[in-house]
Amino acid sequence: MSILHLVNKSPYENSNLDTASSIMKSDDMLLLIEDGVYGAVKSGKASAMLAGRKVTALGPDLAARGISVDKLADDIEVIDYAGFVDLVETNDKVQSWL
Amino acid sequence: MKLTIQVNEGPYQHQSADSAYHFAKAALEKGHEIFRIFFYHDGVNNGTRLTTPPQDDRNIVARWTELAQAHDIDMVLCVAAAQRRGLVDDGEAERNGKDATNIAPGFRISGLGQLVEGGIQSDRLVVFGD
Amino acid sequence: MSETKKFLFVNRKAPYGTIYAWESLEVVLISAAFEQDVSLAFLDDGVFQLVKGQDTSGIGMKNFSPTYAALGDYEITKIYVEKESLEERGLTLDDLQHLVWEDEDEDYAEKDSIRLVSRAELGDVMAGQDVLFNF
Repeated sequence: MSILHLVNKSPYENSNLDTASSIMKSDDMLLLIEDGVYGAVKSGKASAMLAGRKVTALGPDLAARGISVDKLADDIEVIDYAGFVDLVETNDKVQSWL
Repeated sequence: MKLTIQVNEGPYQHQSADSAYHFAKAALEKGHEIFRIFFYHDGVNNGTRLTTPPQDDRNIVARWTELAQAHDIDMVLCVAAAQRRGLVDDGEAERNGKDATNIAPGFRISGLGQLVEGGIQSDRLVVFGD
Repeated sequence: MSETKKFLFVNRKAPYGTIYAWESLEVVLISAAFEQDVSLAFLDDGVFQLVKGQDTSGIGMKNFSPTYAALGDYEITKIYVEKESLEERGLTLDDLQHLVWEDEDEDYAEKDSIRLVSRAELGDVMAGQDVLFNF
């Protein structure tokens, strides 16, 4: 019974990523989309928040923002919209942190 | 997988409408079913017929209309949100004494019960918003 | 006939600065007609929605806070409020409306609807739901 958590805002803008990462369980998945992908950058504010959690980031949103894959924190998987759909299917429900 | 998608924000102002569209398209390409796309809050503005976006950028409203018509998707604008924000179809114009309608093809205006029903009938609810 | 699902309405935004708090409540009220197992969660700035003594006369907006008190009549008896969010904001349960419901199985005894939970407990509540609504 795992949750797919969606975060679409930068960790510098508000505390959505902070709340999501602190409430998620070990089986849950976090997907960063839209401005949320700024949280995926290595040694940013979010690294401590994301450590030890299952985190993915939407490739098209990274590319749009000029964030190359080498700039990402370790263990973040980059996926596309098809992968996003798969995550919705394989997790039990979706929590959009708005 | 049967999906209900909720869009909380209007076109262009936030990326929500775009993300929801690309997600919906990918889901359909994978053979999933979209039970309903429900537009709430400023999301109802995705249903206006009157936008003239710049030629060199995506036409969000037209894109929704195309997707809905190609795949027979039920796209609903919440009536309460639509009334507040001035999205009007024939029924609403008559009921509320408006002298014009502005709803785009492929959309219909209906109650919040449609969102609740989407939650009940679908396997997953995915919300895009601010 | 549809199954009964567990619906959780997640509230994270303050009232009046944006419409989300009110329009979320409108969905909650409609959901009562569908006989699902409905719960509400208030965390982060969402806890501000429940603060008592809201007077909107100066800003010319409708004061919708009395609607929370009516939730009991709609058979919504589980209102989760996150402790950490209250503490961060210098609030206690005393600052919030006292929300109750009447248990018809116990002679209409008045019971508290608000359940104060930690963030971890709220995570458990979320994990046990079927559908998560966010606005």
